[in-house]
Amino acid sequence: MNALPDLVCPAGSLPALKAAVDNGADAVYLGFKNDTNARNFAGLNFDPKTMAEGIRYAHGKGCEVLLAINTFPQAGRVADWQRAVDGAADLGVDAIILADIGLLDYASRRHPNQRLHLSVQGSATSYEAINFAHREFGVRRAVLPRVLTLAQVEHVIKNTPVEIEVFGFGSLCVMNEGRCWLSSYACGESPNTVGACSPAKYVKWDKQPGAMETRLNGILIDRFGDAEPAGYPTLCKGRFEVQGEMYYALEEPTSLNVLAILPEIVKIGVRAIKVEGRQRSPAYVTQVTRTLRAALSALANDKERYHVKPNWQAELAKVSEGNQATLGAYNRPWR
Amino acid sequence: MSQGFTIPRFQLPGFIAHIGARLPQWPHALVLVTGLNAALKMKLLPEDSLSALDGKLFRIRVNDTGGEASFTYYGGLFRPVFRSDRTPDLAFAANLSAYLQLLARQEDPDTLFFNRELSIEGDTELGLVVKNMLDAIDWPKVPALLPFQRP
Ligand code: SF4
Repeated sequence: MNALPDLVCPAGSLPALKAAVDNGADAVYLGFKNDTNARNFAGLNFDPKTMAEGIRYAHGKGCEVLLAINTFPQAGRVADWQRAVDGAADLGVDAIILADIGLLDYASRRHPNQRLHLSVQGSATSYEAINFAHREFGVRRAVLPRVLTLAQVEHVIKNTPVEIEVFGFGSLCVMNEGRCWLSSYACGESPNTVGACSPAKYVKWDKQPGAMETRLNGILIDRFGDAEPAGYPTLCKGRFEVQGEMYYALEEPTSLNVLAILPEIVKIGVRAIKVEGRQRSPAYVTQVTRTLRAALSALANDKERYHVKPNWQAELAKVSEGNQATLGAYNRPWR
Repeated sequence: MSQGFTIPRFQLPGFIAHIGARLPQWPHALVLVTGLNAALKMKLLPEDSLSALDGKLFRIRVNDTGGEASFTYYGGLFRPVFRSDRTPDLAFAANLSAYLQLLARQEDPDTLFFNRELSIEGDTELGLVVKNMLDAIDWPKVPALLPFQRP
């Protein structure tokens, strides 16, 4: 069997970081408190002081720290993103996760010894794109967008020297990551530009008798009955009327969960499995990290007898958006 | 965590809410505000988040006890609000068990929200500030401080 992939877990705060480290993460990923990262939410993320403390805690327990600078520098403010790269290198993180080609170029010249990862927001879905980033900027790992089938992931791995990281659990972002402008349509802001899909200031939860309505900058996205599970207020997971029918036209509120295909993921040589959710609380990080660690350990112990335990599924289903999980594109028959 | 004390999901019988709603509401607000101010004094709450709370009105409703507490933050302190005619900027409603699970960091607010066990109304951005502020508190490991905190 291939070496077990690293378990890469999200940390939006110091307690979440500690929860990931203590529950079996091999690496945590985090971001600065500004729009250089794609989870730029009020009160979330790390200032330099807490980040230094987090890095100390993780390294003290043998856990790696990856820093995401995964938005795109905006016109006239390129220096802000470059400063973030310099800051990350100074802090001594194990790798910087970058999406923008200009920043990759800057980081590889300015900090030639710094390990660089290609973010999912870089939207590299082919080995040619990944090998380009490797050749030009020395990228050592790439995170694949959640749009490839398992066979396609395997094809990429076979044709690149770059380590491949895939998503293992979390809320789904269905578009080719790094290319979605849906929320710009509603409010002029998107993950790439301001570091948030559906920025909170445009979101309105409206309690109505028997239902709750979600609006993004006034546009009605969904209406949940009192007993219906809710989801994030993103346009892609809204219910819309299409040709006279009202349904989740793009994607249902759901979370990706790869437990069922974990043996295949390891077999094809995936180097790391990523958990989505820097916006979530320490409780979520604890539950998901612990569950995926248990699954990985079970697989390492006896790959023949690996099966998905009901309590793992129950734990993950509970924290899932809309209380449901999917294998996403991994087992889609079409491409 | 298996070795910790787990708070089950429960709902108190309806008559409790009926009685609860008739009791004076100020003790809830006082207890809450005292706790928050203690966290303030210990410098557990980050400055940048606190400035976003200035002058805002918050309401916390416990559905199954009928209890309700309103408070505000200004001049560097949390203060109870006993009577208010204006709509709160941010209002939470949930059963007691959900609040206890949140306090103990046993459940994540997004989870409770997806499952419709926690309702949040009002200014969404303010809600995020409050949620992230509470999440970011790195509680010292003093058992007495948070009776439900698990190892
Ligand atoms: S709208 Fe949906 S697909 Fe687009 S960035 Fe947001 S979560 Fe992703």
